[in-house]
Amino acid sequence: MPDLALTKKDFTSDQEVKWCPGCGDYSILSTMQSFLPELGVPRENIVFVSGIGCSSRFPYYLETFGMHSIHGRAPTIATGLAISRPDLSVFVITGDGDSLSIGGNHLIHSLRRNIELKILLFNNRIYGLTKGQYSPTSETGKVTKSSPLGSLDTPFNPISLALGAEATFVARTVDSDRKHFTEVLRAATAHKGSALIEIFQNCPIFNDGAFDIVKDGDTKGAALLQMVHGQAIKSETHGLVHDGASLKVVELSSVSESDLVIHDAHNADPSYAFALSRLSSSDLSHVPVGVFRDVERPGYGSMVNNQVSEIIAAQGAGDLNTLLTSGDTWDVQ
Amino acid sequence: MTKPVVSLDQVTIRFAGDSGDGMQLTGDRFTMDTASLGNDLSTLPNYPAEIRAPQGTIPGVSSFQLHFADHHVQTPGDAPDVLVAMNPAALKANIKEIRRGATIIVDKDEFTTRNLSKVGYETNPLEDGSLDSYKVHAVGLTSLTVAALSELSLTRKEAERSKNMFALGLLTWMYHRPTESTENFLKAKFAKKPEILAANLLAYKTGWNYGETTEDFAVSYEVAKAQMPAGKYRNISGNTAMAYGLIAASQRSGLKLFLGSYPITPASDILHELSKHKKFGVITFQAEDEIAAIGSALGASYGGALGITTTSGPGVALKSEMIGLGVMLELPLIIIDVQRGGPSTGLPTKTEQSDLLQAMFGRNGESPVAVLAPSHASDCFDIAIEAARIATTYKVPVFILSDGYIANGSEPWKIPSVDSLPELHVEFAKSQENFMPYLRDPKTLSRPWAIPGTKGIEHRIGGLEKADKTGAISYDPANHDLMVRARAAKVAGIEVPDLVVDDPSGDADVLILGWGSTYGPIASAIESLRESGQKVAQAHLRYINPFPKNLGAVLEKYPKVLVPEMNLGQLAMLLRSQFLKDVIPCNQVRGLPFTTQELIDTTMAVIHA
Repeated sequence: MPDLALTKKDFTSDQEVKWCPGCGDYSILSTMQSFLPELGVPRENIVFVSGIGCSSRFPYYLETFGMHSIHGRAPTIATGLAISRPDLSVFVITGDGDSLSIGGNHLIHSLRRNIELKILLFNNRIYGLTKGQYSPTSETGKVTKSSPLGSLDTPFNPISLALGAEATFVARTVDSDRKHFTEVLRAATAHKGSALIEIFQNCPIFNDGAFDIVKDGDTKGAALLQMVHGQAIKSETHGLVHDGASLKVVELSSVSESDLVIHDAHNADPSYAFALSRLSSSDLSHVPVGVFRDVERPGYGSMVNNQVSEIIAAQGAGDLNTLLTSGDTWDVQ
Repeated sequence: MTKPVVSLDQVTIRFAGDSGDGMQLTGDRFTMDTASLGNDLSTLPNYPAEIRAPQGTIPGVSSFQLHFADHHVQTPGDAPDVLVAMNPAALKANIKEIRRGATIIVDKDEFTTRNLSKVGYETNPLEDGSLDSYKVHAVGLTSLTVAALSELSLTRKEAERSKNMFALGLLTWMYHRPTESTENFLKAKFAKKPEILAANLLAYKTGWNYGETTEDFAVSYEVAKAQMPAGKYRNISGNTAMAYGLIAASQRSGLKLFLGSYPITPASDILHELSKHKKFGVITFQAEDEIAAIGSALGASYGGALGITTTSGPGVALKSEMIGLGVMLELPLIIIDVQRGGPSTGLPTKTEQSDLLQAMFGRNGESPVAVLAPSHASDCFDIAIEAARIATTYKVPVFILSDGYIANGSEPWKIPSVDSLPELHVEFAKSQENFMPYLRDPKTLSRPWAIPGTKGIEHRIGGLEKADKTGAISYDPANHDLMVRARAAKVAGIEVPDLVVDDPSGDADVLILGWGSTYGPIASAIESLRESGQKVAQAHLRYINPFPKNLGAVLEKYPKVLVPEMNLGQLAMLLRSQFLKDVIPCNQVRGLPFTTQELIDTTMAVIHA
């Protein structure tokens, strides 16, 4: 890794940050700014592309290239950029409304193709910028401005959705846990293809305390099931055991350490990671965090560019005159 | 005994059959053989949106019309001189458009009671005298083909499938077309299927021999070469010409070509063609939807590629918001709209020019883009290069409004030498301090193309309003007013060539002003009108936004300006609003190009009004 001697300050733009006081986005931004020097990529080769929503203001605050695009479409723009410029490191910044509602189609297709994008999904389970409507990750029954009698929607589980979309890297972290978030970022950026990171993010204005159970010192130790490759999956009080074809959370006191599931993020069978994803209940009593799945599959951009370079190697670069005069031609004297 | 040969100056032939009968291929081959003989020509494929509509029905009829001549040809021809009808449905669907006295060749084997009643013929038109004013050749195309192929080990059904080659062979004899090119084509196409190759070649030769030997065909015809400027020629369709023009633009600019596209009729052939040419560094991305298609193209543009998206009207509707982002980001972007009948799904395989106002105004806010329109099939090549010039010079989205007629229609094209093509000079912003992403070039009003990977010019852009020069987010009222006007002024100031008026007398009674694919029919009508002594002028718009600078003066000069369009008057609306000129609209939306005759009739009515 080249030593570019960059610091967090080098990645901080001159723009005034305009999120609400106490917003989880501040800590996400700070963690990202601290992490980027470690990436070893020059600032000019990093691009953040976002959609619309509170989270999507993120690129303005980073001293890299950035584009604040339109609602839900950041993966499409990032796809064209990443394919045509494989030399760049491209991040997508999105929220639960942006990526799972209006932009749901683009999220699943970029994951399925394994485009070389690192997608950070800020999940606050609410529409913030439009001032408090329920989102595709809001709990059923949630009372909001647009659901005074409670939301009727069944929420998406973003991890399950991503795994169903053939994602090769899927992880979850919490906005305020800088250390854990940094570890996940490190793993995601080391991954060759698409990476989706779901970040539980608190919205102090419209959905305050939504993730308290996994953030408060009193409760988080029990709630967060830590997934570390090669180690037993467990929280401070609970662990994970096999239950037939499925997985089950049990009290640590009721089983021996050797009964616990040893995490295998590289398991080729996505049903393992899917089973892990189903453990995250709506009430957050048990939430797996860390890397659910990290498997290798050729990235789309590299394959596209290989097709081009292979045909040029085999047949030579195209010649315009040869192309224009190809097929049936005739001469007029 | 040698049969007499009659010389003709022009012929229009229509091949019609079931959509499974291979009429498009038959027409294509006859076209290629005609082109290589040196006739000028123009074609009009016309096929249903359904891949295989029920066999033998009117909705399932597919046709291919070809007009060729010993002189310059402007249109695929109004009324065919020859109809080849492979079944009763093809006869019934086309007979109204065939001129009296025309030659009709039918497959009499298909004129069974069942097939006749399927399309509502109560009596057999081959026997009831209803075709007496035509020269009818009732040929057993099916039975003769099957008999000829009896030596081959094919099922009857397989043998029948070669009947289109029998018909092609017969027409090839009738019009003295060369056979080598079609034989070579078949050999290449069926190289891995020797039985099918043998069947097609044999059917083709048998059809040719049938014409040569049978008494039913007493004469054959010759059409001499057309006088065309010296050079190397090929036949080309609008969609292929567009794809080649885009590759040429990429080569001449040094920019990587990136196409983001979602399959849609009648634009998909541009995607197909470009995807074949990866050795030019072309990247084609078949996206999950129309929005992702243009989004990926805009993302590639942002990274310094020539970003292009191809679609048709319904796709443009979906892309609107992204085009608006392109306007705001001030990045190069080419949007190719191969127009078809609308609204909604409309007529997917039929032509129309009804997306003009959508291209001009179909976005939220004041959202100006450049709009160009090719006049005929091979003009798509030049217009693609022009679009790249404007997009990269002015950092603006550029629409190309092609349509189904010129996209699928073909004509001979004098292949330009590569050196004669315009050089496209593209500059990216260089590393610098205090970079201003929205500092405008004083001449073009364009902002710099500042691509990632350039040290020191890291910056953020987006869909929110920008502050002048710095590009920072700005909600300042005066700044918004300034920026809206700046974007409008930039597009209004795009340099485009003056409109050329063809007016030999200098004082024509009426100017016919068209745009896009109406060029051929208008030019053809003008020729006829002048031959009959009328004073008519022609001008054709390839640039619609901005209009050529002299357009106002041209409109002022002519008291009567006729504006034919395949819509209900969209260009007319623009001309009236911008120039306060009461132009005379001439409109039809039948899904087909104007006929020469209807334009002649309308013009005469205008002259005498």
